[in-house]
Amino acid sequence: MNIVVCVKQVPDTATERKLSSKDNTLDRDAADGVINELCEYAVEEALKIKEAHGGEVTVLTMGPAKATDTIRKALAMGADKAVHLVDDALHGSDALSTSYALAQTLKKIGFDLVILGSESTDARMGVLAAMLAERLGTPQLTFARKVDVDGSAITIERVTDYGYDKVQASLPAVVSVVEKINEPRYPSFKGIMAAKKKPVQTFGVADAEVDAAQVGLPAAWSEVAEFAVAPPRAAGTIVKDEGDGGSKAADFLASKKFI
Amino acid sequence: MAEILVLVEHVEGEVKKVTLELLTLARTLGSPSAVWAGPGYSAEAKARLAEYGAEKVYLADAAEIADHVVAPKAQLLAQLVSSAAPAGVLVAATAEGKEVAGRLAIKTDSGVITDAVGLAEGFVAEQSIFGGGVNVHSRVTKGTPIIAVRPNATAPEPSAGAAAEEQVTVTLSDADKAAKVVDRVKQEKGARPELTEAAIVVSGGRGVGSAENFAIIEKLADVLGAAVGASRAATDAGWYPHQFQVGQTGKTVAPQLYIAAGISGAIQHRAGMQTAKTIIAINKDPEAPIFELADFGVVGDLHQIVPQLTEEVDKRK
Ligand SMILES: Cc1cc2nc3c(=O)[nH]c(=O)nc-3n(C[C@H](O)[C@H](O)[C@H](O)COP(=O)(O)OP(=O)(O)OC[C@H]3O[C@@H](n4cnc5c(N)ncnc54)[C@H](O)[C@@H]3O)c2cc1C
Ligand SMILES: Cc1cc2nc3c(=O)[nH]c(=O)nc-3n(C[C@H](O)[C@H](O)[C@H](O)COP(=O)(O)OP(=O)(O)OC[C@H]3O[C@@H](n4cnc5c(N)ncnc54)[C@H](O)[C@@H]3O)c2cc1C
Repeated sequence: MNIVVCVKQVPDTATERKLSSKDNTLDRDAADGVINELCEYAVEEALKIKEAHGGEVTVLTMGPAKATDTIRKALAMGADKAVHLVDDALHGSDALSTSYALAQTLKKIGFDLVILGSESTDARMGVLAAMLAERLGTPQLTFARKVDVDGSAITIERVTDYGYDKVQASLPAVVSVVEKINEPRYPSFKGIMAAKKKPVQTFGVADAEVDAAQVGLPAAWSEVAEFAVAPPRAAGTIVKDEGDGGSKAADFLASKKFI
Repeated sequence: MAEILVLVEHVEGEVKKVTLELLTLARTLGSPSAVWAGPGYSAEAKARLAEYGAEKVYLADAAEIADHVVAPKAQLLAQLVSSAAPAGVLVAATAEGKEVAGRLAIKTDSGVITDAVGLAEGFVAEQSIFGGGVNVHSRVTKGTPIIAVRPNATAPEPSAGAAAEEQVTVTLSDADKAAKVVDRVKQEKGARPELTEAAIVVSGGRGVGSAENFAIIEKLADVLGAAVGASRAATDAGWYPHQFQVGQTGKTVAPQLYIAAGISGAIQHRAGMQTAKTIIAINKDPEAPIFELADFGVVGDLHQIVPQLTEEVDKRK
């Protein structure tokens, strides 16, 4: 089975994240880039499916040159090879163009199963998998907490507010995973060494048959008009519990008309 | 006045609060038309939509809309965007609402903005990003603005609308029907409001100490009519179910009131609750970062403070 995992490099949430005042896009140099946490779960699930059913796991990343660190991390976990879509024309892409560029690349490299994280930690849109399914005309199996593949049939448990839906489809398909699905492995020393020798293919927009006029900031379907750092919250009242802490909190609730 | 489509969120035939918020918001920008997708429509549902200002109700209550994942709803909206040429489309920024918005954006070649916390003239959306650290104003520049609005962004206010019904038949392609829902599994759903919709959320963290001790968090939530949330330390320990996790890899909540008990206030937790209007923290460590956010904080043992608070609230309400 040909499994492609879409992996995104995001700014580390532990560092200060900023937008660039130059063009209102994410300032990728301001913070360290790390693999999006849910993408690790996506890689793990791909490796598990490969271990059970055979095949190959390809990592696909669209991002600047420094995203190679994130690719190496996924390869060190055990993925076989990678495709890095990198081109200045892609800078500032919104969700429509990102999904378009990834879909074009997926068509080019071929797939039976595409696996994504259900959400990134920077933009947190939670839409990419649905958009890829729409663009590729393949079934959308998203927010999976469990995936079962049986021949060409695939079944997932889709997390909902009330519990979960059991959803069935046939391959090829697009899946996104939630963190409950598995426990991502740590790359071993051997894995880290092996990752250095695994093939990483670099694609520019032309290689992926992406129309440069449909991607990047100039083509975006939406724009950030302005942004401002949020003012810090006003300092609150902090009291020490002297046996009446709960009662004081109730006074506060009453003063704010919650009770 | 310009027509604005509002996709109705409903559970077992009941219109969810977020839809009433969206109708209220839509009225400030134009004339709201509610779009009902899937079975469950009733006279009560219609009355509710009318009460909050829906001038029209597009009714697509065929069962097959709910039998397949997301795509049929996007197809329904795409059909209406083409026939009614609305000024914009509003959906709730729930997991499914956002996915509908994403697919609709592609079908209609339109821009999409997710997680709006406000919406002004010209569909200028306000977003609060990076865990509440940065406020952004953004707008769609191509096609029909598609905006996914966060629950609790607006207070719902009634204002009568005509709710004139119009039946709609959706034409689904094979691709729209490719992912079939074969079973719906309902897990313990108590009487509590839904986490992302609740006006008040009471959350417990590692400081709660055990699964059994979550009962004191639940009791406080129940006297306040609140939802229960948990930090990742608590869900990872198995003390509380995972779907109640608040934070970067859990749910984002923006309630009127958030009470954090035994939660340190790690950046990843803050990412999910920082935009709450009022925050109360209960923690034994006076240095806990959660106090930096708190409008009111109590330093002490939550096992004493939370039951006392529960009792006081019960007495005074
Ligand atoms: C703060 C912020 C707000 C934004 N708001 C909007 C907006 O409202 N509308 C809009 O159109 N655009 C917006 N963008 C741009 C948007 O984030 C990017 O286009 C992005 O690639 C898609 O959104 P996401 O990361 O939220 O995707 P999600 O749907 O949250 O990501 C889910 C999964 O998709 C995969 N994935 C995502 N990006 C890549 C990639 N580059 N390479 C490989 N796999 C990937 C990963 O598996 C990831 O786990 C915003 C960006 C930022 C930084
Ligand atoms: C990529 C990533 C994503 C993450 N996503 C999330 C997420 O979505 N949500 C989330 O919550 N976390 C998330 N985390 C984890 C986060 O970093 C913290 O580890 C977590 O929030 C800690 O939970 P806590 O505050 O309950 O526990 P702790 O940090 O251990 O804090 C417990 C607090 O309880 C107090 N306490 C102890 N006993 C008592 C008592 N008897 N009375 C009063 N106070 C007491 C302590 O003083 C302490 O401040 C994520 C981490 C990473 C790396």
